[in-house]
Amino acid sequence: MDATRAFLRHPSGMVGLVVLLVVVVIALIAPIVFPVSPWEMVSAPFTPPGEDGLLLGGDTLGRDVAAGVAYGARVSLVIGIASAMAAMVIGVTIGAISGYFGGKVDLVLMRMTELFQTIPAFVLAILLVATFNPSLLTIILTIGAVSWPPLARLTRAEFLRLRNREFVEAALCQGEGTLRIVLGHILPNAISPILVVTSLTVATAILLESALSFMGLGDPNLMSWGFMIGAGRTVIRNAWWMSVFPGLAILITVLAINLFGEGLSDVLNPRVSRRRS
Amino acid sequence: MIRLGSAATIGLMALSRIAQLVAVILVIATFNFVLVQAAPGDPAQVMAGQSGASDPKLLEDLRREYGLDKPYAVQLASYLGRVVRLDLGYSYRQRRPVVDLILERLPATLLLTVTAFCLALLIGTTLGALAGLAAGSVLDTVFTVLSLVLYATPVFWLGLMLVLVFSVTLGWLPPFGYETINVKLAPLEHALDIAKHMIMPVTSLAAIYLAIYARLMRSSIIEVAQQDFIKTARAKGLSGPSIVVGHMLRNALVPVVTVAGMQAGALVGGAVVIETVFAWPGLGRLTFDALLQRDYPVLLGIFLILSIVVIVLNLLTDLIYRLIDPRMTTGAA
Repeated sequence: MDATRAFLRHPSGMVGLVVLLVVVVIALIAPIVFPVSPWEMVSAPFTPPGEDGLLLGGDTLGRDVAAGVAYGARVSLVIGIASAMAAMVIGVTIGAISGYFGGKVDLVLMRMTELFQTIPAFVLAILLVATFNPSLLTIILTIGAVSWPPLARLTRAEFLRLRNREFVEAALCQGEGTLRIVLGHILPNAISPILVVTSLTVATAILLESALSFMGLGDPNLMSWGFMIGAGRTVIRNAWWMSVFPGLAILITVLAINLFGEGLSDVLNPRVSRRRS
Repeated sequence: MIRLGSAATIGLMALSRIAQLVAVILVIATFNFVLVQAAPGDPAQVMAGQSGASDPKLLEDLRREYGLDKPYAVQLASYLGRVVRLDLGYSYRQRRPVVDLILERLPATLLLTVTAFCLALLIGTTLGALAGLAAGSVLDTVFTVLSLVLYATPVFWLGLMLVLVFSVTLGWLPPFGYETINVKLAPLEHALDIAKHMIMPVTSLAAIYLAIYARLMRSSIIEVAQQDFIKTARAKGLSGPSIVVGHMLRNALVPVVTVAGMQAGALVGGAVVIETVFAWPGLGRLTFDALLQRDYPVLLGIFLILSIVVIVLNLLTDLIYRLIDPRMTTGAA
């Protein structure tokens, strides 16, 4: 395929993809490399990196920081991808209805989208997770619920652009139903920019999840990067490694996703990309 | 004529913004109300928090006060009425009205967010313009890479790393707090002391937005430089600097300011985390404490007040927008 070949020639996009694949592999093999749960104490508290067989050191309770970082990759990727999907479903639905039907429906939905875009999303996320208690599911749904507006606006714009095209009119003439036209004709033509923005949403979702768990709103049963940084915060004077490594993990993962997403954007929507860069 | 016209548009815009503000307050208050109803447990237990839920007399008082036996519509109307009168409920944990708790902390948060916002806008656009004018140079590449990295850095972690370098290792800056406690200082020294405490929180909060504005400004400058009116200005024989200042900057700033307004909500959210890192005595810190105690009325109040702050910041960027957009000042009349 042309797009695949073009992506293979995109240097920063490829760097992003390769790094991302490494993170995925680490997440997948975490239970094999670290058979002991990241919550288990394996050494003396405050073990510095490199000592006692702990590559990245031990935390305040003597838990392996490296194991935490590896298991944290699972949490970040799962939450990042699942909540970006949730945001995509909400955003595309609202954007498609708004763009296809127009008029009053569009007006009301876009006012709602603007409102969601204005209010401080992170504070809303805190409120939602605190209300329904932190768990994997509530965190994913919450991040999805505060991340959909850019996707709705994009989908709406694409639908506005496409809905009067000949192929839509042809489908209308053939008596095809609304749902079929929307899902079968318009959406496939709008899908590439939607995928690009969804991939970038994974990155912001990971950042949002890490901030939530840093504030103590992570799933209490899952070891996550944000939680580790939050736990290491108070002892940073004596033990830098507890907060430095999980933070680097977030930085590298998010950077990789952004590079990958922008590469994807350059390949799939050259017109839009050239205007942006 | 032109001035009058633009003054009238700004007046109209301010009016519509105030109407919007009232509408948003009502929508968010309604949302808060629905959230309390949707939360697990009965609303009285939710509002009383973990500590109060075991006190049957308090729960009974709460049920009576909020009229929980009345229909939802009546409850909602009375709740909205209280919000409009700035009654945001009572924190049973801290034994004080929520609005007092919030107003006490609001100035510190505003100081932090407004400073970070202005600095990010000022430095970000300057750096972005420089990078855009020197597109393709080493400077440009350095800026681009730096902004990519900053864009991927969690704010709270950046804050911690600054503490690690500038407080723990170098000992240059105070690691947390708003001022040096237990010291009597002259007014000027006191201001300097606060400023010193602000350096790291403001830097970590501003960094990501600085990066965003710089990237936007860079592409905006590159785009504007290719427009016909710049070629005309060159053809008229105007010098380089006067073209940049007189023609390019104003036009290039328009999209940056638009995005800056849209990012205000994220900035305020970032302040909540940053305050937690630096023990900054603002609303973020209050949020963290309220979360630990599941002090629900406080969380609801903070959400409402911070949303208002964001809308006011939006109004501010709208005003800047009207002042710099050439089409707004010449075309409106």
